[in-house]
Amino acid sequence: MLSKDEQQAIEAEFAHYPTKQAVCIEAMKVVQRHRGWVTDENLADIGDLLEMTTDELDSVATFYNLIYREPVGRHVIHVCDSVSCWIMGYEQLRRDLTGHLGIEMGETTEDGRFTLLPIQCLGHCELAPALMIDDDLHTSLTEDRLPGVLDEYQ
Amino acid sequence: MEKVLTKNIDNLEEDHLDLRGYEKAGGYQGLRKALKTMTPGEVTQVVSDANLRGRGGAGFPTGKKWSFVSLESSHPRYFIANSDEMEPGTFKDRLLLESDPHQLIEGLILASYAIQADVAYIFLRWAYKTAAHRIRQAIADAYEAGYLGHNILGSGYSLEMHLHISAGRYMCGEETGLLNALEGKRATPRPKPPFAVTSGLWGQPSVVNNVETLSNVPHIVNNGAQWFNSLSLTPGSGGTKLYGVSGKVQRPGAWELPMGTTIREILYEHAGGMRDGLKFRALLPGGASTDFLYEEHLDLPMDFDAIQKAGSRMGTGTMVILDDKTCPVGMVLNLERFFAQESCGWCTPCRDGLPWTARVLQAIEEGEGQMRDLDRLQKHTRLLGPGHTFCALAPGAMEPLQSALTRFRDDFERHIVDGRCPYH
Repeated sequence: MLSKDEQQAIEAEFAHYPTKQAVCIEAMKVVQRHRGWVTDENLADIGDLLEMTTDELDSVATFYNLIYREPVGRHVIHVCDSVSCWIMGYEQLRRDLTGHLGIEMGETTEDGRFTLLPIQCLGHCELAPALMIDDDLHTSLTEDRLPGVLDEYQ
Repeated sequence: MEKVLTKNIDNLEEDHLDLRGYEKAGGYQGLRKALKTMTPGEVTQVVSDANLRGRGGAGFPTGKKWSFVSLESSHPRYFIANSDEMEPGTFKDRLLLESDPHQLIEGLILASYAIQADVAYIFLRWAYKTAAHRIRQAIADAYEAGYLGHNILGSGYSLEMHLHISAGRYMCGEETGLLNALEGKRATPRPKPPFAVTSGLWGQPSVVNNVETLSNVPHIVNNGAQWFNSLSLTPGSGGTKLYGVSGKVQRPGAWELPMGTTIREILYEHAGGMRDGLKFRALLPGGASTDFLYEEHLDLPMDFDAIQKAGSRMGTGTMVILDDKTCPVGMVLNLERFFAQESCGWCTPCRDGLPWTARVLQAIEEGEGQMRDLDRLQKHTRLLGPGHTFCALAPGAMEPLQSALTRFRDDFERHIVDGRCPYH
């Protein structure tokens, strides 16, 4: 069941589009904001609201990078692996991160604190290397600054 | 030189320009002028005469695009500001979106008026959180002030505007992929024709323009076509350009300069040249999907025509610099991995060819390549090139690869002969 908050947030989008289907990406983001990720059951509930099948919704969900169909940690780290960040030290940053957290890309720490994911260009190439943790951007990252940045997220 | 797009940003006292600040700086005067004294056709005409060309990468004449929408065609019509900015190496639109959101909104209203659009969307990438917050506020303020909604400034023209935040995929920047994404579908490309101007969003006439393109429109309406042309150092493309530089230079960043400023001036005067101990080797002039340019191209003006003549594309005008200590094979591998991952899978050459290309490059980079791999890669630059795929993604991916195979041939061969990357 979608919560009242979720349903209201989704329905508020109806006014912006001529079809209900157009709201589906936002609807999945709404659910994800509340629950961390989107389950099969959530898809079915969204489908009821938007008059779409779960298969239709899943085809959309799996296309986009930012909709999670598997559980993630309390905080999601997106590390930019595109060209400017690569030149400016992405490989080292990745090694520092996986070493520090004890997980590989695509994994979640055992305590459920962090999920580590690669992401394409974050649009902050002049401040490379860059990563995002949840909604926060961190730029010009160096090995010595990394532990302090991670400490902000418990 | 005269700054246009970043004039307000340079004088900022706050972190961004709100409605009052924008109005104080002369904002929404262009909209008042157009709604009171100009027909939609006249707005299109002045933009055509100004030689404004699309700043998203393709450089298509903006006024011409608008003129393809028949004012007799059906309603609703849609106008979309492509604010997806997902080309790797590109960060120029972010500055405009974050610092001067009303400039974009005014441009979008004017553009919408020119084609008599009923609804406008700002299609924003998910990563731009600050921009999202400010645009949402700016749209609300513009409604409040009567610049949006029913009967704008008593003109009889009405426009609704909404912010759409993407869930992230490179294909959303492709015009027809973006339309599918807005409709709540996978962002796969659509066949052309029909073009969006006749059958776009939900089958209705639609125009998609880039943020920087639209942000120029209020100034053109205010100051005229002749003024806009005079800003440029180059014929055939008016105005200024937001150029950017990233990579191992002294001062990475973005600057508004006359269209046609030379690569050398951008790289050495504004970005301060290479970091100490590094030499310039090559550059991607306008994002990941452009051919490399080299030392001999540094005195070229950065404009659509000159860079195209040199065998590349100006693209977004934000350069990525390759230095002499960074492996060109590794760089191309990084680019091809990006394209392989971002391929939408709609057509077979792109879906299968790009991962294959990336795997071969990875083998070479890791010292497991063979000489005949180079010929195979060469062949694929043709097989995945223009005319063989559904959209421009794979051909774009082949641009840096084909130029690297020619220019950095020695580097590729050394990886293969030595069985290792010589840069590590």
